[in-house]
Amino acid sequence: MKTRFALLLVMSVGVVLLAPFVGMVDLTWEALTDIWGNEPEGMILWRLRVPRVLVAFVAGMGLALGGAAFQALFRNPLATPYTLGVASGAALGVAVATRFSVALAMLGGALLSVSALAGALAAVGVVWVVARIRPDFSTTVLLLAGVAMTFFFSSLILFLQYTATLGDSFRLVRWLMGGLGAARWESLGAMTLFVVVGGVVVARKARDLDLFMVGSEIAASRGVDVSRTQRDLFLGTSLMVGGVVATCGPIGFVGMMAPHIARLLVGSGHRVLLPVSAVFGGAFLVICDTLARSVIAPVELPVGVITAFLGGPFFLWLLVRRTEGR
Amino acid sequence: MTGPMIRAEEVSVQINHSVILDEVGFTLREAQFLTIIGPNGAGKSTLLKVIDGLIYPTGGKVEIAGRSLEEYDRRALARTVSFVPQGDPGGFGFTVRSFVEMGRYSYLKPWAPLSPDDRLAVKLAMKTTEVTHLADRFLGSLSGGERQRTLIAAALAQGGRVLLLDEPTSFLDYRHQVQVLELLEQLHSEKGYTIVVVTHDLNSTVPLSDLVLALKAGRVAFAGPPKELMDIAVLEEIFGGSFRLVDDGTHQLVVPSSSHAERIRK
Repeated sequence: MKTRFALLLVMSVGVVLLAPFVGMVDLTWEALTDIWGNEPEGMILWRLRVPRVLVAFVAGMGLALGGAAFQALFRNPLATPYTLGVASGAALGVAVATRFSVALAMLGGALLSVSALAGALAAVGVVWVVARIRPDFSTTVLLLAGVAMTFFFSSLILFLQYTATLGDSFRLVRWLMGGLGAARWESLGAMTLFVVVGGVVVARKARDLDLFMVGSEIAASRGVDVSRTQRDLFLGTSLMVGGVVATCGPIGFVGMMAPHIARLLVGSGHRVLLPVSAVFGGAFLVICDTLARSVIAPVELPVGVITAFLGGPFFLWLLVRRTEGR
Repeated sequence: MTGPMIRAEEVSVQINHSVILDEVGFTLREAQFLTIIGPNGAGKSTLLKVIDGLIYPTGGKVEIAGRSLEEYDRRALARTVSFVPQGDPGGFGFTVRSFVEMGRYSYLKPWAPLSPDDRLAVKLAMKTTEVTHLADRFLGSLSGGERQRTLIAAALAQGGRVLLLDEPTSFLDYRHQVQVLELLEQLHSEKGYTIVVVTHDLNSTVPLSDLVLALKAGRVAFAGPPKELMDIAVLEEIFGGSFRLVDDGTHQLVVPSSSHAERIRK
């Protein structure tokens, strides 16, 4: 297991180091020393590609950690921040801010993050309230509540888009596809803060997540304060996903795929699964984004197109092999 | 300890306006064995969950080792009372060892490894329940009996002296039923655990018990030693239907006396 983790870590570091050198413009090694971006090559490397790769890596980590937490919490392999409405809640927050043109004019990126977080919390809040009002509801019902929220938020986003000007509408559609084109050093800082704080909250619950996988009744009997842990996990995941969505738009499938592949590699124990999922999710999104900006360069594909293209078949495969019950 | 290990006083539970338990009470001393019986829907499992603080009673109170349940936080309660739920756990991707280690949750910090004390408790629990040889097997690959013993091992690893078991033999074949019953008898008579078992099978743990509590429609229909329960009139009152008692030389066994059962006997 340790060898696999070490191998994955080495490969991920390799991906992060190499990815900035892949793209429409071939870079020479001299660009490496031009940290302040005085020459065009140095500028492309240090002002555009390096922050973009790092944003992709941190975003992938956040989404993967959120997915791992939700899959254990709901004991369902299809539970992710995306399927549970958290990502669409965050997307709605950003869409509202963009539609009413307050975001960029007033506080820029910070307000986008706050709007995304508010949307994510609203989605989680609804699922949380349903769970509190009806504790007899199964996790499957909660999952369905999340799916209902996704549809509800999607309809509101569509409404905003429909009533927007042509320019705003196009920007919203483009943003909803998910992409890292706008990633800069400034966006990396804000998002990393959200992902780190949320990630620490989730990571502290690694043992609780193991027990949730076995069943919430057993978890409670072993000493887990179930409702408090659920609340912390919801909050931690909302922070991570809110931060990621504000910067990159809603990017699907990373949160579902990364934990599953990590589980196949290192098993179900979350003290290993969480870091492996995070590293794998980060590297996966870096690869997807590198493909997105180089496959049909100079045209750049939204990264969501690539993740969904890979994720769709994976989703089907998961449904077919689900009988194993892991 | 001088006082009772478990005292339930006028415990009532209402869920969505329907009464599940209605002023149920009992007292169990340390190292005693209680079997809670009753027909389906009598409130047996609910009572067990109330004792482990998994369901809050709408009336009455429960004391464990002289302290009211409200005085315990979840970790402290986990170090005193262990619950073995009915049916299969999830988490089939965990090995037996890692599952039993989860029993030590209440002693562990989030990322700290198991201490020597934790490892010893896990080792002893697995040895007692004879699952040591299954340590590296996945939960999903175990037979019903092996899984039940693993569940009990994880409960023992918690380190408490009270074991609550919900239908521990219901889904097992005869051979595995006997294994689990022998294990419970050993835990009670040799290791001195206080044990509460919920079952609808009158021939499983009733003969091992010091006390039997029968529930019917959420109320106590009988409380006393097993011998007093072995009365046709009492059994028919609790379960409905008709019964016969058969003496196997050591215990009296309860046999349903229906036309179907008569055909089987002939």
